[in-house]
Parts: sequence; C-alpha cells; structure tokens
Amino acid sequence: MKLDFLLIAPEIALAGLAFLVLALDLIFLRSKKKGLLGWISAAGLAGVLVLLVLLKDTQGNLLRSFLADPLAFDFKLILLVAACICSLASVDFAGRHLRYPGEFFSLLLFSTLGLMIMVSAGDLILLYLGLELGTISLYALAAMQKDRPRSGEAGLKFLIMGAVSSAVFLYGASLLYGSLGTTVFADMSAAEPAGPALSLGLVMVLAAFAFKIAAVPFHMWAPDVYQGAPTPITGFLSVASKAAGFAALLRLFMGPLYPLMGQWFPMLMVLSAFSMIVGNLLAIPQSNIKRMLAYSGIAQVGYILIALAAASERGTASAIFFLFQYLFTNLGAFIVITMMGSAHGNDEIRSYAGLSRRNPLVALCMLVLLLSLGGIPPLAGFWGKLFLFWTGIEQGLYSLVLIGVLATVLSLYYYLMVARQMYIEEATDKTPISVAFPAAFALVICTFFVIALGYPKPWMALAEAAARTFGFPH
Amino acid sequence: MLWLIPILPAIAFLVISAFFVNRLRRIAPYVLILALILSLIISFSALSKAPLQGAEEQSLLWLHADDLRLEVGTLLDPLSAIMLVVVCFVSLVVQIYSIGYMAGDEGYGRYFAFMSLFSAAMLGVVISNNLLQTYVCWELVGLCSYLLIGFWYRRPSAAAAAKKAFVVTRFGDVGFLVAVLAFSLVAKEFNFGALQHRLAAGDFTAAFITAVSLLIFCGAVGKSAQFPLHIWLPDAMEGPTPVSALIHAATMVAAGVYLVARTFFLFAASPVALIVVACIGAFTALFAASIAVAANDIKRVLAYSTISQLGYMMLGLGALGYTAAVFHLTTHAFFKALLFLTAGSVIHAIGKQDMWELGGLAKKMPITALTCLAGALALAGIFPFAGFWSKDEILASAWLRGAESPLYYLLFAMGLAAAFLTAFYMFRMWILCFTGTPRTKEAAHAHESPWVMTVPLAVLALLALVSGFWLKQTVPGNGLPFAEFVHAGPAHHGEAVWLMFLSTLVAAAGIVTAYFTYYRAKVSAAAFHSSFPWVRNGMKSKWWVDAAWESFATRVVIAGSSVAAWFDRHVPDGMVNGVAWLCGQAGLKLRPAQSGQVQLYALVAFIGIILFVILLRLTTGW
Repeated sequence: MKLDFLLIAPEIALAGLAFLVLALDLIFLRSKKKGLLGWISAAGLAGVLVLLVLLKDTQGNLLRSFLADPLAFDFKLILLVAACICSLASVDFAGRHLRYPGEFFSLLLFSTLGLMIMVSAGDLILLYLGLELGTISLYALAAMQKDRPRSGEAGLKFLIMGAVSSAVFLYGASLLYGSLGTTVFADMSAAEPAGPALSLGLVMVLAAFAFKIAAVPFHMWAPDVYQGAPTPITGFLSVASKAAGFAALLRLFMGPLYPLMGQWFPMLMVLSAFSMIVGNLLAIPQSNIKRMLAYSGIAQVGYILIALAAASERGTASAIFFLFQYLFTNLGAFIVITMMGSAHGNDEIRSYAGLSRRNPLVALCMLVLLLSLGGIPPLAGFWGKLFLFWTGIEQGLYSLVLIGVLATVLSLYYYLMVARQMYIEEATDKTPISVAFPAAFALVICTFFVIALGYPKPWMALAEAAARTFGFPH
Repeated sequence: MLWLIPILPAIAFLVISAFFVNRLRRIAPYVLILALILSLIISFSALSKAPLQGAEEQSLLWLHADDLRLEVGTLLDPLSAIMLVVVCFVSLVVQIYSIGYMAGDEGYGRYFAFMSLFSAAMLGVVISNNLLQTYVCWELVGLCSYLLIGFWYRRPSAAAAAKKAFVVTRFGDVGFLVAVLAFSLVAKEFNFGALQHRLAAGDFTAAFITAVSLLIFCGAVGKSAQFPLHIWLPDAMEGPTPVSALIHAATMVAAGVYLVARTFFLFAASPVALIVVACIGAFTALFAASIAVAANDIKRVLAYSTISQLGYMMLGLGALGYTAAVFHLTTHAFFKALLFLTAGSVIHAIGKQDMWELGGLAKKMPITALTCLAGALALAGIFPFAGFWSKDEILASAWLRGAESPLYYLLFAMGLAAAFLTAFYMFRMWILCFTGTPRTKEAAHAHESPWVMTVPLAVLALLALVSGFWLKQTVPGNGLPFAEFVHAGPAHHGEAVWLMFLSTLVAAAGIVTAYFTYYRAKVSAAAFHSSFPWVRNGMKSKWWVDAAWESFATRVVIAGSSVAAWFDRHVPDGMVNGVAWLCGQAGLKLRPAQSGQVQLYALVAFIGIILFVILLRLTTGW
C-alpha cells in the first residue's frame, strides 16, 4: 500500500518544529533572551500555515483513518492561527512570568499537533490519540505559571476533569465499537432502531465532547481553569481546544451517527439551552475578567450548539463560520487581558478603568472585540450569530433561537461593563500603559480580522466547502 | 473615476477631523478646497462624457439576501452630471469665501470638517444609482445641516433652530423611508434604471406608483422646505451665512427637487402625483413670496425667497417641465448662493441683519452692492439675467400643460403673481440695504469685505448674468443646448415670446412698485397696511403656519408624548428593570454552585449523563 505523505505534511512539519523548539531551548538558548523562542514558534507556525494552504487541494485519506478534507482544512486553519497568535502574544509574557519558556512553546506546539490530528481523525482510536496529545500538553501548560498557586490548581483540576472525560469517552467509544463492529467512521452504519448499548455509547461520547467544549452541565471545570491558567493559554484553550471538540462532534454526529438524530437531537437542545442560559447569567456577577469570559465562552458554545442541533449543511457551515470569527474575537480579548494582567498583576474588571486614556489603541481594539462578542453589526460576531440564528429558524428551532436572542441582549450588559470601565470610569493610576510589540501586533491582527469578517463571504465559502463533505440531502 | 467625486471630500473630512481641527486649523480649508477642485475636474469630464440616452452605471454588490440586492454605485446621466458640477462649483466658491468669513472663529477647523462631510454626502445623493444609497446620503446631509445650523451651539436660538430643522425634515423623511421599504417589499429592487425598466414593463400597479411617488414627494417636501413643512428653513438662518448659501439655498434644499427629478419616471406615470407636486409647488411659490415681502431680516427674506423658488421648481416638475425645473435649479444655485454671500458680506461688515438698521451701503461696499444687484435682477427674472431664462421656461411649461388640464392655468397665474412679489421684495431689500442714508452708526462705518470674499461674489455675479443664456445655448464641455442635454422623454422647444414679454413686464412692475414705495416713498406701505390689515398681519405672522405647528407640537405631541413617557417609565422600564434584577439575582443564586470543589464538578457531570440517559429513554424509548 502506498501512503501519500503530503496529506500529513503539515502535521509532520509541526512535529519537527516542536522538537526544534525544544532542542533550541536545550542547546543554545538557555539563559539567553527567551522571547526568541516565541518568535521562532510563531514564524514556524506561520510557515506550517502556508504549507497547509498550499496543500489545500491535496485531499484524501491515509488508511481511512486520517482524513485530509475541507473540514479538516478549516479547523487546522483555526488551530494554526490560534497557536501562532498565542505564541506572538506570549513572547513577552513567557519571558516575564515563566521559568521555563522553552517548554512552554514546545508544549503549545505539541498540543496544536494533537488537536490537528484530532480534527483529521476518521477513526475512534486516532481521535482518542489526538485528543490525549492535545489535552495532556494543555494540563501541563495550565500549571506552568509556578509562581501563582492558582495556576497549579488550574492544572490539577483540568487534569482530573480531563481524565474523567477521557474515561467517559473511552467507555462510549468502546460501546460504539461493540455495537457497530468498527472504529472507522466511514465503515460505521448506525441505523434506527439502535440498541441500548449504542445509545449509551452515544450519550457518553457526546458527554465527553461536551466536557471538551465546556457545555452545561459539563462546564464546571472551565471557569476555574480559565482563571488559573496563564492568560495566553486560556485564550488558546478557549478557542483551539474548543474548536477541536466541535470538529470531533461534527465528524461523528453529522457523519456516522447522523441517522440516530432522533436520539441526540433532544440532548443537543438541552445542552444548547442550558449553556446559553447558565453561561450568560453567571457571567453577569463576575468581577474577574477571565472568569467572565469563561462563562461568556460557555454561552457562545450554547449558540453554536443551535447550529449543530439544526443538523443541516447550512447549520454546519454557520457553526464553522462562528468558530472562525470566535477565533479572532476571543483570542484578541485574551491578548488584551494578557497585557493588562502583566501591567496590573491582576485580572479584575476594575483594573480596566480609564484604559482609553492610558492606552487608547488597546482600549479601542478591546472595544471592537467586545462589541463583536456582543454581536453588534457590522463586526464579525454579528454575522456569526446571524448565521446561527438564521439556520435555527430555518430548521424550526424557534425556542432555541428565542433563548439565543434574549441571551445576546443580556450578554451586552457584561461586555459593555468592561467598555464602561475603559471609557467612562476614571483610573486611579493615570500613567500610560506600554505594551510589548509582538502582543500589540497580534492584537491588531485580531482586531483587523474582526472588522474584515464584516464581509463574511470568503470565510463562509470556506465553511460551506467543509459542510459539503457530509453530503447532507438538499 | 466617478466614485472619487464624493470620496475626495469624504477623505478631506477624515483628514481635517484627524489633524486640522485644533492647532493646525488654518490649513483645514485648503484640504477641502483641494479635494473639491479635484472633484470639480472629474465632474467636468463627466459632463462631457454623460450619455444622452440612458445612464452609465458602476456598482458594487454590497449585500445579497435572498432576492433582495443591495448595491453601492454611481450613475452618470445628464441630470447627475449637471448637478455634480453645480454642487462642486458652488461648494468650492463658498469654501473660498468662508476662509474670510469664518476667520478667527474658534470652531474654524470644525466648520470645514462639517462642510467636507456635507459636500461628500451631497455628492453622494447626486451620484447614487439606487434609492437606498440616496436615502442614506439624504439622511447624512440632514445630519450635516443639523450640525451646521447649530454650529454656534452656545447660542440657544441656534441650538433650537438646528433641532427644529432636524425634527421637521424628519416628518417628510418618514414618508421617504416608507417608500424605500415599499420598494424593498414590492420590487425587491432599488436601482433606478431597473425600476424604470420594471415600470415600463408594467410590473407595478397604478395605485402603487401613485403611493410611492407621493411618499417620495413627502421626503422632498421636508428637504426642499415646501408647504407645510417649510417652517424650518427660515430658522435655519441661525447658521453661519456661507452655510445658508451652500446648504440652505444652493444644494441641500435643492436635493428634494433633485430627488423628484431622479425618480421622475414614477411621477410621470402618475397624473395624481404630478398634480399634487404642481399644486404644492405653485402654492408654496406664492405663499412664501408673500411672507418675504413682510420680512425685515435680510437672511429671512432670502430664506423665504428660496422656499418660493423651490416651489417654482416643483411647479415645473409637476407641469412635466423636467428640463425647465432642472434648468432653474442650476441657475438658482448660482444666484441664490450669490445673494446669500452678499448678505454674508453685509453681516460680516456691519454685524446687523435687520434691513431697517442698514441703508446707504452702496457707497461703502460697492462690490457687494453691485453683485447683490446682479443677484436681485437674476432672481427677479430680468432679461438677460439667468433667472429670466429659467423662470420663463417654468411658466411656459405650466401654460402648455394648461391645454390638457385647465387647473394648470390657475397654477400659472399663481406663478406669475409670485414673480411680481419676487421682484418687489428683492428690490425692497436691495433699496433698503444699499440706498438712502445709513440708519445706524454701524452701517455708517461699514467697509468692503476682503478680496477672499469679494472675488467669489464677482464670479457668482458673472454667472448670475450669463449662465442662463449661456447654458441655454450650450452646456460647456458638451456643446449641446441645455434642453437637448437634460430632458425626460423627447427634447422639446416650447418658445413663447409673448410669455417672455409678459413675465418681464410683471417683474418690472414689481421693481417699479418697490422703487416708488421704498426709494421715492410715493406709495405708502402704511396706507396699504391700514386698508388691508389682515394681509399685513398674515404676512407678518407668516400666515400662522408656524403658530399652527407650534400649537400642534405643544398640545398634541407633548400631551401624547407625556402619556407615552409615563407608560414607558412605568411599564416597559419597570419590566426591563425587573428582568435585569431577576437576571442579576439568578446569577448570584447560581454562583455558589461553583464551589471550587472538583468532586462536585464531576458529580454534576455524572448526574448530567444520567439525566441524558433518562431523557433518551423518555424521548425514544429504546
């Protein structure tokens, strides 16, 4: 059998990059300027990104279990951009707050590699391997900031809950294998009526990925971990790891498990509704911005689940489009939090008072990002939500869309609270805040794309190409 | 290239707002002037390239939602080409004049920033190829008008006038907006060319055409200050005088006429709409002229005169005199801008605007007096000044239309009567301002304005003299006579020599009456007042229209809105606050569940899985 290694070239390149960064750290960069490693990994990731785009049309599969298709392409785009921006944002952060920056960057790269394998997986076993590589690296990353006890706590909680979810996934996967006789998605032929074993497997797999994407009631780890983890990692976690979870959900539920829609549809409805309600309600009383964004992220997951429950080509496309815009919006917000955390030593919303006078550029970017999170036209977030709600209405999910719209209104309250601090409140300390160049650069890129996605057509075309891989009936 | 015409002033707006509002504000006018010169050059080239049949379009698809297409685009036809040149040119002249007029004002930079935004928006209205884009720019010029009327916002009267202008025009804009929405629902199309095509194909019912025409006309009535929404324009004189010249005489107020001309294919298909336009126009022309006769503030005379002349243009359109109306729009832009700028020159020199506090200025300010005389002759319609040619054509088209519908003979007579009053009040103004002896100390010590102000006056005065005759013969850059260049349907030549004599005679009668009343004092105004007290009172109190609106506003609107305000404060606000309180409480109540204990997290997740299994049993029953 001949294997086409071009299909997996971006992953191979990324693995090489990860080892290179690790080796560089060992060989000659110890005790030198640690920021250089961040630049190297960002540049390397950009290179891998270019490679990925160049190989866009090289599609196919390896042994039916590694798939290089438009869906994988879209999600790898998200993952690589997220990792690249996260590296840029960490250049200054790593030098300042981390004892072992070399490990930080190589773990970030390994995690990205794992998640990339996960989104390409066409087989339960490969899916699991990707999931573990991606997540175990993240456990370590979450605990990396050794001078903060909260960071260690975050790592440990993440590890425990991650282990639980892995176990749940493995149980579920083994039940699927037992019922369907194969681990390869393409060979699975699930059909109604499903036996109890298959249904139980379905519930468990869904629950495992609900952990991953932090949907209510499997979300409770998220606020603690988001708050405790080093801020750039929180950003990566909230975007990349979540996107990979959605990729796996889409692959399984729009693929082999699609015929069992009657069974999983009510569960997705419940997950979506509870995530929107609980996420938004709990975001309101938060005083720590990272916690607030954790709950806001839970709410955003609820919105995306509307599109999954819609189970249509347009639904899949709009979920992917939402993740595109969420990538830039949320990551940008976490870059600002990284900057502010470095400047203040805390992440309280109060500390943002008077930011518009202390650093107008950062405040303006943050305002754009917050408005996009709140879904204000014509920014990226508006189109993201519009497409989600639109497909919800198309498929008759009126109750979910109603909750979503009301929740969006509610969410403006806590997003604009931050804007209010930045623009209206007076700062006690009026000295200007200076920010590191790479992070500012990354922030401007994110803000640019949040505005540029106000013209959604090209991105939606990418998302639609991915959605077509499932061959939904028209 | 065409799209650059509105974009250049828009860039000037951004540049001025970013760099030249405070310390470097001296540079601000030159940025705008540069942009306008470039726009003017492009507009001139457009004038020579404008196709005689149909229109050249360029557009970008902005949004495609199901079957509704929204585009942003430019449209070049004789109408837009003429208007582009007029707007760019008048704006350019007014900006040069403003360098002198606004010198030393603390809002110098802000003034030119607003003027740039206005120029961009106005050119956007003119160049638009679809109704929606027109509407957007239309609202934008309304905003600029608001900002510039209230330019001296510390003066309460200016702030109130700005508000009044915004609110009153809004009444009309609602109609326009409804028309836009009606097109989005019925036609799914905003493009003028496509709409015209659909109309010709018989896609719209007669009732729909009449309805949307009248709704669009509502917008035009508001913007062009036609009866009964004319009340905002005289108050708008609170703004700086160059603003009045540009926005409230030459361009923005003419946008209503332009809009009707642009959608003329709709009006032409609806006899009812045409009659409404003609009646409102003729009535406004006569009505506003009668108020101008009794006004004492030099700018208010000109404001009512503008209302009256816009009424003429509407009459022209309503009488199917498309060419005549656009012609009058063009010449009026020149000589009315001129008149306002001469008024500005007087105000700049003396600081008074009441004509009874002026007098004898011709000796102190010869250029201003002479150019103002040129404007007055043009407005009165004396051969060979510009107004003679264009006003005459409007009257001619009303007369010709009378052959089909006798009502137009009445409208023609109203137009003629207005022409008499126009000549009368213009010369009343000119005589009171520039002849006799100075009636106040300030008027006695007046000086001519600086050259940066008088040169624009001279240029405009020249145009007031020649533009009518010149354009009638040949449109520059194009070589065609105006009537063959701009026309809806086949070009027509309806020369009526007797009418030329008649209208000249009427205008001359007006001038002579003014001469004997105010110069020679042979005719006593007081005697007229005592024999017809109701006429004088009516004119003085603006025929009670302002008072009627005011009592409507204070009684009906305020009463209605205070009820609505009570309801809003107690019921919806109460509900909103209640919901907000509930959400806040719910958040606080849910919060303790997040205890930080990992065991609890796992337990909740485990319960979640169990509940899912139960849910699955209930919904599918495996």
